[in-house]
Amino acid sequence: MASSLPQGEQALGSVLKSKQKTKIGEFFSNLSRSWTGMLGFGIIMLLLFLSIFGPWITPYDPMHAEFSKGLLPPLTDGHLLGTDHLGRDIFSRIIMGARVSVIIGIATACIAGVIGTIVGIIAGYFRGWIDIVLMRLVDVQLSFPFIVLVLVINAIIGAGLRNIIISLAIGGWVIFARVIRSEVLALREKEFITSSIATGVSRLQILVKHILPNLFTPIIILASLQIGTYIIAEASISFLGFGVQPPTPAWGNMLNEGRDYIFSSWWLVTFPGIAIVITALGVNLFGDWLRDTLDPELKGE
Amino acid sequence: MSDAILKIKNLKIEFKSGKETVQPIRGVNFELKKGETLGVVGESGSGKSVTSLAIMGLLPERTSKIVDGEINFKGNDITNLKEKQYRKIRGNEISMIFQEPMTSLNPVFTIGQQLSEPLRQHRNMSKKEIEKAVINVLNQVGIPRAEQIINEYPHQLSGGMRQRVMISLALLCEPDLMIADEPTTALDVTIQAQILELMKNIKQENDMSLLLITHDLGVVAEMCDRVVVMYAGEIVEVAEINELFNEPLHPYTRGLIDSMPTQNTRKERLYSIRGQVPRPNEITKGCVFANRCPLAFSKCFEETPPVFARDDHLSKCWLQNTKEGEVV
Repeated sequence: MASSLPQGEQALGSVLKSKQKTKIGEFFSNLSRSWTGMLGFGIIMLLLFLSIFGPWITPYDPMHAEFSKGLLPPLTDGHLLGTDHLGRDIFSRIIMGARVSVIIGIATACIAGVIGTIVGIIAGYFRGWIDIVLMRLVDVQLSFPFIVLVLVINAIIGAGLRNIIISLAIGGWVIFARVIRSEVLALREKEFITSSIATGVSRLQILVKHILPNLFTPIIILASLQIGTYIIAEASISFLGFGVQPPTPAWGNMLNEGRDYIFSSWWLVTFPGIAIVITALGVNLFGDWLRDTLDPELKGE
Repeated sequence: MSDAILKIKNLKIEFKSGKETVQPIRGVNFELKKGETLGVVGESGSGKSVTSLAIMGLLPERTSKIVDGEINFKGNDITNLKEKQYRKIRGNEISMIFQEPMTSLNPVFTIGQQLSEPLRQHRNMSKKEIEKAVINVLNQVGIPRAEQIINEYPHQLSGGMRQRVMISLALLCEPDLMIADEPTTALDVTIQAQILELMKNIKQENDMSLLLITHDLGVVAEMCDRVVVMYAGEIVEVAEINELFNEPLHPYTRGLIDSMPTQNTRKERLYSIRGQVPRPNEITKGCVFANRCPLAFSKCFEETPPVFARDDHLSKCWLQNTKEGEVV
C-alpha cells in the first residue's frame, strides 16, 4: 500500500520534518518578530532578575533608616532616586519591592489558576446542576468590584504577604473558572473527544488525558495577563494600608508612605509609581504577545 | 440467519429538547452479516448518524433515550449495557471512523500516543509491543515512514494521512465490526478513492464487517454488498447492491439514483427531489415520503405503508402492495 501514496505527500512530510525546531528556539524566533513581545519579555526578565538577586545589587540597605539624610532629592549623595522621609534609599527599596510584586503576582496566579481551572472543568464537563450552582456563584462574585472584595477579605483575615496572596486568589479565581469552563464546553464537543470515547476510554481519562492538556494554552495566556492585574491590585491594597506592611518594601506601601510628601518631595511617590506602571505594562505586553502567538495555533488545529 | 453479527430490531430513539420530545429514529430494522459491507444511505437528517451513535452507545445520555427495540451484537442485546461494559466493546469489538479527519485527532498528542490508547485500554501489552503493533497497523494502512510518523503531531499530516491514521486507530484491536460514518466526505476525490480502496482491502484482510454510512451512492456502489436506504428515521428500502441500482422499488431510492450526476451528460439539469426531509416533529400519518413523492396517491397520505418483501428486497411503499404479499 505504501507505494500507492503520492510522492508529494512523502516529500511534504520530509520538508515539514526539516523545518521542525526545538520548542525554545521556536519561542525565541517568534518573540524576535514582535518588538512589544520582546519589550514585555525583557521587562519580565529584569523583574525576575531583581527579585532573585535584589539583595546583592542594592547600593544601600533598603531597611536602613538615616534621619539626617531624609527626603534627599534624586542624584544627591549617591542616592540615584533620592531618599524617603526616613532617609532610606528609594532605588534600593524599589529593587527590593520587585520581589514582593513578583511573588504576589506569580503565587496568586498559581493559586487562583488552580482553583479556577478545577471549578471550570467541573462546571464545563459535568454540566447539569453543578454547572448552574458554580456559575451562579461566579456571577455573584463577579458583580462585586474586585478591589473591594479583596480589601474585605484582607480586612477579615489580616494583613501580611501570605494573607494578601490568599485574598487576591479568592478574588481572582472566578475569571479562570469562567474562561476554562467555556474552553471545556467547546472541547468536549470536539470530534477527537467523541472518537476517543469510541475507542473505549473512560470519562475520567478523557478529562485528564485529553481535555486538560488542551487547556494549558488558555491557562498560560490568562495567567500571564492576570499577573499584571494582581500586581496592580496588591499595590492598591498596600497603598490603602492593608496588604504588605511596612517596613517590608513594597511599591504600594512606598506610595502610601510618600503620600504625605507628594507636594514637597515628588520623588517619593513618582518612582514606585513608575515601577508599577512599567511592570504592569511589561506583563501585559508579554501576555498579549503570548495570546497572539498561541491562539491561532490552538484554533487552527 | 445465525451468521448476523449485528441485528437491529425495531429501534426507536427519542430526543428531548426542553419539554418537547421527538423521535428521530422510528422503528429501524436491519441486520449485518459477518464479513458483509452494509451501506446506510439517506439525506442529512434521515437518522443515519444517530443510528450509528446508538450502536456505539455514544448518544448523549441526558437528552436522548432508546425507547424501544434492541441492538443485538453477537447475540447480546447491548442497548442496556452499563458504561463500564460498553467500554470493553468500544474500540475493541466495534470501532468507528468519523467524518472529519481534521478534528478527530487530539492536537496536543503525537500520532503514536493516540494510537497506543486503545491498546492500553483493551490489551495487556508492554510499551515495546504496543509500539510494534502501532507501526505495524500504520504500515497496513499505507503510511510511509511509520517509525517517524508516530512521533509527529496531527497538524503535520495531510487530510488523507490523518484519515489513514483514523482507520488504523479503528483497526488496532482487530474489531469484528467497523462503523464508518461518512469516512470520505471531507476528503478530495482522489484521496477518497484511495481511502475506499484501502478500507475494502482491510476489511477483507481482517475479516471484519463494515457498516458504511454515507450519502454518496457512488461510494455505496463501489463498496457495499447490501444497502439500507433511510428516510426521516425510517428504513424505506433494503436491497442487495445490484438489485438496488437495477430495480429500485421505493420512489425515494429512485429519486436518489436519478439525482446522481453521470459522466456523459452535461447539458441537462440535474434531477433533484423537491422539498426536504421532514423534521421529526412534522411527521403525521401516512407515508413519511408522501409529501415529496412524485407517485403518491391518496392512500399514501392516509396510512403508513408496511414493509413489502420481494425475496430479500424489502421496501416500504404502497406501490408494492399489488404485486406481493406484505410482511409487517
